[in-house]
Amino acid sequence: MPKAAKSDATPETSSPGTSADDGDFALHSLQEALGANPRYKASKEELLALYEQMLLIRRFEEKAGQLYGLGLIGGFCHLYIGQEAVAVGLQSALRAGLDSVITGYRDHGHMLAYGIDPKVIMAELTGRHSGISKGKGGSMHMFSVDHAFYGGHGIVGAQVSLGAGLAFAHKYREDGGVAMAYFGDGAANQGQVYETFNMASLWKLPIIFVVENNGYAMGTAVKRGSAETHFYRRGTAFRIPGLDVNGMDVLEVRQAAEIAIEFVRGGNGPVLLELNTYRYRGHSMSDPAKYRSREEVQEVREKRDPIDHAKQELMAMGVTEASLKDIDKRVRATVAQAADFAESSPEPEPAELYTDVLVERY
Amino acid sequence: MAIELKMPALSPTMEEGKLAKWLVKEGDEVSSGDILAEIETDKATMEFEAVDEGTVGKIMVPEGTEGVKVGTVIALLEGEGEEAPPAAATEPEKPAPTPAAEPAAPASEKKADSGAAQLAAETKPAKDPELPTGTNMKISTVREALRDAMAEEMRRDSRVFVMGEEVAEYQGAYKVTQGLLEEFGPGRVIDTPITEYGFAGIGTGAAMGGLRPIVEFMTFNFAMQAIDHIVNSAAKTNYMSGGQMRCPVVFRGPNGAAARVAAQHSQNYGPWYASVPGLVVIAPYDASDAKGLLKAAIRSEDPVVFLENELVYGRNFELPELDDHVLPIGKARVAREGKDVTIVSYSIGVGIALDAAEKLAGEGIDVEVLDLRTLRPLDKQAVLDSLAKTNRLVVAEEGFPVCSIASEIIAICMEEGFDDLDAPVLRVCNEDVPLPYAANLEKAALINVDKVIAAVRKVTYR
Repeated sequence: MPKAAKSDATPETSSPGTSADDGDFALHSLQEALGANPRYKASKEELLALYEQMLLIRRFEEKAGQLYGLGLIGGFCHLYIGQEAVAVGLQSALRAGLDSVITGYRDHGHMLAYGIDPKVIMAELTGRHSGISKGKGGSMHMFSVDHAFYGGHGIVGAQVSLGAGLAFAHKYREDGGVAMAYFGDGAANQGQVYETFNMASLWKLPIIFVVENNGYAMGTAVKRGSAETHFYRRGTAFRIPGLDVNGMDVLEVRQAAEIAIEFVRGGNGPVLLELNTYRYRGHSMSDPAKYRSREEVQEVREKRDPIDHAKQELMAMGVTEASLKDIDKRVRATVAQAADFAESSPEPEPAELYTDVLVERY
Repeated sequence: MAIELKMPALSPTMEEGKLAKWLVKEGDEVSSGDILAEIETDKATMEFEAVDEGTVGKIMVPEGTEGVKVGTVIALLEGEGEEAPPAAATEPEKPAPTPAAEPAAPASEKKADSGAAQLAAETKPAKDPELPTGTNMKISTVREALRDAMAEEMRRDSRVFVMGEEVAEYQGAYKVTQGLLEEFGPGRVIDTPITEYGFAGIGTGAAMGGLRPIVEFMTFNFAMQAIDHIVNSAAKTNYMSGGQMRCPVVFRGPNGAAARVAAQHSQNYGPWYASVPGLVVIAPYDASDAKGLLKAAIRSEDPVVFLENELVYGRNFELPELDDHVLPIGKARVAREGKDVTIVSYSIGVGIALDAAEKLAGEGIDVEVLDLRTLRPLDKQAVLDSLAKTNRLVVAEEGFPVCSIASEIIAICMEEGFDDLDAPVLRVCNEDVPLPYAANLEKAALINVDKVIAAVRKVTYR
């Protein structure tokens, strides 16, 4: 359990001796702000929208798992089930058409949260011409420049420095945009992450680093692979403030995003968010997940599920069970259509083998 | 309406498996996520979860059954009636895929035209533009030519910036960026920490985000720390995104052996990068090509690896004084015309080939020297044309011999120029050892004029 390993919730204060010359810098100020006001005050309509997005991801990923089982999806396929509140909560705070986003190989959920058509995502999974990458990228390599979604990267940790490049471009153009770079607790141990922290802080790049801590780097539990398991603290050596966030509560995620975005958009340099979450499925479809007990998974599903949590809250707000069922029906229909589209679309033309290698002709 | 539960494929290679155990029985209510059965694959025992809610109907395959083929119906799930048929919900939408696919089709068709069709056409690369009569030729070092290329492109396009170690305040470790900080300021001439992997990634990401970065490596030996971004992030993006995400970045810096800096600082990476689809690789020799091709590289929509050579930086060459001296990528150049034998080379090897040609002329051997200039896409036609003319060919390459550009040229001559060959093609490369430090050993390891002359004599049977 990712949370159980932690003993305290507040980050360390900056070391003595540094306060004199930079009294304005406080690594814990953002955490305090979140502590004072831990949840975004969502209207019923806002929460309904977040709920529907999370449900869409859940159902889409279940369907993807099913299609994988039928042999319609090949290779690696990493499902986002359990982590839905992270992408949905953070994305809801970004400015569409301005801010940019990049993530690793577990990317379908993110793309759905950014409003990309489920049909073209599912068709990419089945390797069809109408897939978002014309069937040439697959599960791990999808991009939508139109949505400022820059992938979808298969090399663990690469998206962190690429994301800082996107932030660099925002700063260079002075367009006011911020970049959000997602990576897992496993990627958090890659060297380039820290090279990037250094430059991002040095150059005050407008970037939010997001560690999605789902407890396991493939089969390695966080405490077996990380000397410092409090990932939000890992920016302190580079003077990047961190935030420890419950990634299973979409409104806490949203609130953390609001705080981080205000800081970063204000020209103060990067923020590091640690979202504590959990993946219910294996690392990929071919992972039997024998490194954890069935009880552990079941307990998270029963007690911390982000969708159930939002559902209870909506019902407390007066939303009827019937209208929630309507949402579920709508989502299922959308997913069924996406699957149908993905199964019935043709494969890429053989000539596509040779296209898009280079942009120009020489 | 019952949902068929089929034997799932639980790994990329699974074709059949054993239904080890049922964890539910007929009549059980299940909801999404419940584990229905355990299935043994060739690798592991996996849990098979319910995707839909419902009641387990008939179990078609009993537990303990081995060799159950993927896709076999193993049980039926009775839905709740109102939820079960997503199929029904989609029924009216069935034709949807076709119309939905249509708007995408014209766009992708256009892409296909500009992609495969282009390749199939094997377009001949453009020729170097003719110099206007009366163009003044000035003498310039390669170093100044490279600097001028960057400065001109930075004046022309505000998206162009240069980043790297010591490029700004120090004025460049090899002074290639001299004066750029003064003219363009610290926002566009950016000193990085010593952190190749990180800044190569930032440069690549900035290109994805719409800028035109020039990433300088102090030498390409250090780019080994960053090669993942060059190969995996920059080169493959356009292809993997189906042509929607571009990465117009230039990675440049000195490549190949310098002087007395030993093995870790002396290597030619031309063949490494030239083996990667999705990259453009340029390795010029003289000042005119350095300038004209660097300008073209900065303007290219593709990621470019631009390989310079420290030992050539200070050499003087003629450089046309033009407002905009841009040369075509992918086009070799005949550096010296001849009829008896062709020496194919690039980068510093061209100087060695020209010296060898000069000496051989004294012996009555008329040598043609072909400077490849671009290593990818390689100007195959220029190699074959020159071979057809001279019928004998030697490759001179300052680099390891194994899996080299020389190997590639030889393969091209075998595959497509066999009938034109009057002698085996020979390669003259460095010795197949890490470059030693000791002066005598270093000299023995490197390619030189005498080794090239010996090879030319051999193929001309002199």
